[in-house]
Amino acid sequence: MKELFDLYIAFFKIGCVNFGGGYAMLPLLEKDLVTRRGWTTMEHLRDYFAIGQCTPGIIALNVSTFIGYNKKKLPGAIAATCGFLTGPILLILIIAAFLTNFADLAIVQHAFAGIRVCVCVLIVQAVLRLWNKSVIDVLSFLIFLVIFVLNVSSRFLPWSVPAALLVIAAGIFGILFGRTEAEHRAAASEKNAKKKKEDH
Amino acid sequence: MPLLPRLFFEFFKTGLFSVGGGLATLPFLYEMSDNTGWFTHADIADMIAISESTPGAIGINMSTYAGYKTAGIAGGFVATLGLAMPSLIIIVVIAKFLSRFDENRYVQRAFYGLRPASIAMITAAGLNVARVTLLDADALSALTAGGGFSLSLFCLPAILLAIVLFLAQQKLKWHPVVFLAASAVVGILLKL
Repeated sequence: MKELFDLYIAFFKIGCVNFGGGYAMLPLLEKDLVTRRGWTTMEHLRDYFAIGQCTPGIIALNVSTFIGYNKKKLPGAIAATCGFLTGPILLILIIAAFLTNFADLAIVQHAFAGIRVCVCVLIVQAVLRLWNKSVIDVLSFLIFLVIFVLNVSSRFLPWSVPAALLVIAAGIFGILFGRTEAEHRAAASEKNAKKKKEDH
Repeated sequence: MPLLPRLFFEFFKTGLFSVGGGLATLPFLYEMSDNTGWFTHADIADMIAISESTPGAIGINMSTYAGYKTAGIAGGFVATLGLAMPSLIIIVVIAKFLSRFDENRYVQRAFYGLRPASIAMITAAGLNVARVTLLDADALSALTAGGGFSLSLFCLPAILLAIVLFLAQQKLKWHPVVFLAASAVVGILLKL
């Protein structure tokens, strides 16, 4: 029971400060759940985001459900999801009831211009930390490049590829041409051995 | 159908079919606005603005708002739960599957592709925030319309703040919330 309550509270806090969309949540999750509580790892978080991207629903919610489930099965999933929803629900109820022109207030706009700068920086740092374990060879770098370019350029193209489709395509590509982690390690050590031989 | 179950059902549908982030809910919200009259297109535009200035995704915010407007506080909760329910069910099923199959070679290979894809999506999201934050919107639209390049394209105070934040976060292991709060204060002081 105490663990469920902890899950609820942890995600309640994250839901209250999760400005700027699902991906902005990653640094918050890292600090609270990886560094502080040790409930999950940065690599697992990254995998949850990939799955959350190509399943229905809001990414932030999907990730909350995932972590909750892995911690305490179904009750954990419900506790984490409800915790994440509580802050936004209360806030919107207050805004709907009292503050009709909330987003037009100059002070709110300035504050959020500042917050967005910080969100940018947080996202960049999350990417830097995950890079080495995600982009491990030339092939995975190509996957990164193709998806990044398609994703960014879809704004300027007459047609756009839905992000979910890109992620699913990357998964299928991985099944066809990718390596498991064990295979990757084996290939890497073989390459090292070969190189040593050539040096001699 | 009585109002509360109908609210739940309509937002359940939205949650089920909108794949890939908050903005994916928008087409469904416009459709719902036309079909039910629970909120107007102008309400949706307002909610986009509010969602950019509050924590929480646009889909969650819109469901709370529409539920509240049509059926009071209970409506706000019921509509939001409706939106969240499909992803809760689907993710629980996937999590169950994953914990049983994550040693499987095909699952591992799928992740070989999913990992760089995930990083690419995160990078693109960051670039998107950077574009609206670090670049001046008017100068940018002038540039894409074929106008000349000018230094006013760069929003200097914001870029400076970004550099300071980047260096500070390398050095200080503070909670990200501290940096978010400090950035909000700097934003108000500098009128960013």
